[in-house]
Amino acid sequence: MLLKLKFNQQRRVRLAQGLWLLSWTAVMCGAFVFCLGVYLKMELFRRAEVMDDSDIHAVPNILMMVGLASIGTNWIASRICQDSLDESRFPRWRVFMLAWFAVATLLCVLLVAVVMLSYALQGRLEESLKVGLRNGIRFYKDTDVPGRCFQKETIDRLQMEFRCCGNNNFKDWFEVQWVSNRYLDFTSKDVKDRVRSNVDGRYLLDGVPFSCCNPASPRPCLQNQLTDNSAHFNYDYQTEELNLYSRGCREALINYYMELMNSTGPGVLSVILIQMSVIMSLRFLQTSVEGAMALEDPEAESEGFLLEKGVKETFEDVKVKVLTMLKAAQINPEAAAAAEESCGGADAENGGEKTPVKTSTPAS
Amino acid sequence: MALMVVKFDLKKRVKLAQTVWFMYWFAVMAGVLVFSMGLFFKIELRKRSELMDNNESHFLPNLLIFMGLITCGINAFGGKICYDSLDPTKFVKWKPMLKTFLVFCMVFNALLLLTALVCFLMRIPLQFTLAEGLRNGMRYYKDTDTPGRCYMKRTLDLMQMEFRCCGNEHYRDWFEVQWVSNRYLDFSAKEVKDRIGSNVDGQYLMDGVPFSCCNPSSPRPCIQYQMTNNTAHYSYDHYTEELNVWKRGCSDALLSYYGGMMNTIGALVVLVTMLEVAVTVGLQYVDSSLSTLANPEDPESESEGWILEKTVKETFTDIIAKMKAMGKGSKVEEGGEAAAAPSS
Repeated sequence: MLLKLKFNQQRRVRLAQGLWLLSWTAVMCGAFVFCLGVYLKMELFRRAEVMDDSDIHAVPNILMMVGLASIGTNWIASRICQDSLDESRFPRWRVFMLAWFAVATLLCVLLVAVVMLSYALQGRLEESLKVGLRNGIRFYKDTDVPGRCFQKETIDRLQMEFRCCGNNNFKDWFEVQWVSNRYLDFTSKDVKDRVRSNVDGRYLLDGVPFSCCNPASPRPCLQNQLTDNSAHFNYDYQTEELNLYSRGCREALINYYMELMNSTGPGVLSVILIQMSVIMSLRFLQTSVEGAMALEDPEAESEGFLLEKGVKETFEDVKVKVLTMLKAAQINPEAAAAAEESCGGADAENGGEKTPVKTSTPAS
Repeated sequence: MALMVVKFDLKKRVKLAQTVWFMYWFAVMAGVLVFSMGLFFKIELRKRSELMDNNESHFLPNLLIFMGLITCGINAFGGKICYDSLDPTKFVKWKPMLKTFLVFCMVFNALLLLTALVCFLMRIPLQFTLAEGLRNGMRYYKDTDTPGRCYMKRTLDLMQMEFRCCGNEHYRDWFEVQWVSNRYLDFSAKEVKDRIGSNVDGQYLMDGVPFSCCNPSSPRPCIQYQMTNNTAHYSYDHYTEELNVWKRGCSDALLSYYGGMMNTIGALVVLVTMLEVAVTVGLQYVDSSLSTLANPEDPESESEGWILEKTVKETFTDIIAKMKAMGKGSKVEEGGEAAAAPSS
């Protein structure tokens, strides 16, 4: 037996009461996990425009599912607790116990998987942001193209809120045309020069949008002719640090999301611990109450354990059971086929075939 | 005849006491709510005190905090009285001070109502404080090298971005102040010399606004400089251009922000006052029902409860008569002393 403990009537009652409280705590934890999933999903949705694919949405989806399932599971556990000390009502739960343990263990495993997934998907998130931001910067000027007309506002607000500029840094803006053609005077010399200076005929300039400006800078923001020291008084492009945000938006967003997921890590781990303690306590309660019921005396002392046999033996048992179930499933179709072939005269054969299966199960 | 008489037997009295006890606990939480709202408002005022020239009046949040604390105290005390009212032995020790307590509660409720009124009226002084503070803020925008004012630029920029506003009343307010520091002006350039020469104070004024006035919803990149010059920008008409910079003035934006907060707080304080009046009436019923027992020795006897022992008019005349008697009493004492003094 694994972890055998003696339980008298008083201890059983205490265990049931403690477990009832613990399972209600676990219901709250399930609600907490669900709300966490909803919050993460909302945050990811808000910036969905700068993300290329939605693989990272798996994390909040699993959290929401697990949260809901654990609310239901732990509520059932609290009902089992309430009925456990009542001899007439406890037996009806017997059938569900194995299924309950399987579901609860699965929930724990899923929660651990979510924690690992949130770290594993960081690379995908970074890729997705890289592509999304690159597109956002390319389509910044397309404020008259349906479907892209809000890119400018999105990118501007993003840069202001996260205090970042461009994809990797502010020089990304030098490589795209971010001024719409509608506002370019194509008859002026400056515009014609710039448009001719590159292969694609784009109007490129060494300037950035206003949303890159850093309010902490002591001087009014310099947006245009950033690489030209003589264009501004008392300005050195190489040493100027506070004028624009120095961080890239990809880095800023990754840091934000990773911080969010890391700060929820301890919460999720404690939920896992609580769920596991509910499982173990319920197993002790179940075995001790069943032991007391088997002794026909509700006041007697009984034993509670986690597993009836050792871990290895239980594993062998389970394996054999599963194999037998598979064999039974295989034999039964054969028996059905045989019955169809010879309908009536082959009853003895069917009986004969079935009995070997019946006798083999008690021996295993 | 008494006002709003209700007959009580033991069961009804117990139920009344329990209900009023429950309500008192709700009222304690309401007191905590008032206290926390006062604290929240105080913090919000402190956050932006730079924009109000550190001149803002903290009278309202302090009043709310004070009233919140007193509400908690009074209601906890009232709850204890209700709890003890079910036990005749315990209730005896509270009986003498109950009348005074009820009068005090009534005065306090009137004060709470006054507080709610103040919440709604504080908007007016706040308006003047904000206008004054923002005007000064804009003047000190360029002083990023002056200790004590070096963060004004950042504060104003962040505020204009957060509240989506520009200038005091209008973005043109920026045309009237020099918001570029002299450290970044090339005084040997002709343009700078022209601008400085063009006004009496020798300030570098221009028809431009800081970047924080820019509206991200504009379809074109932000036009901050030479805003009144249509020829400086392609396809630009400054009369019809609406989305380029924020149209709203910051004093308007901040006033509606704080005004909304004060209106909500005022409404909540009115609700708390109504709850307080309800519990005071409840306690009056408890008191009157326990003092009019038909058979004082038998706790199960019937009794009556009322809000006022006599009608409103009679109670009022009684109070006036009492005050007159008190006034006459002190006069007689004075006269007696005066008579005693010369005779002694």
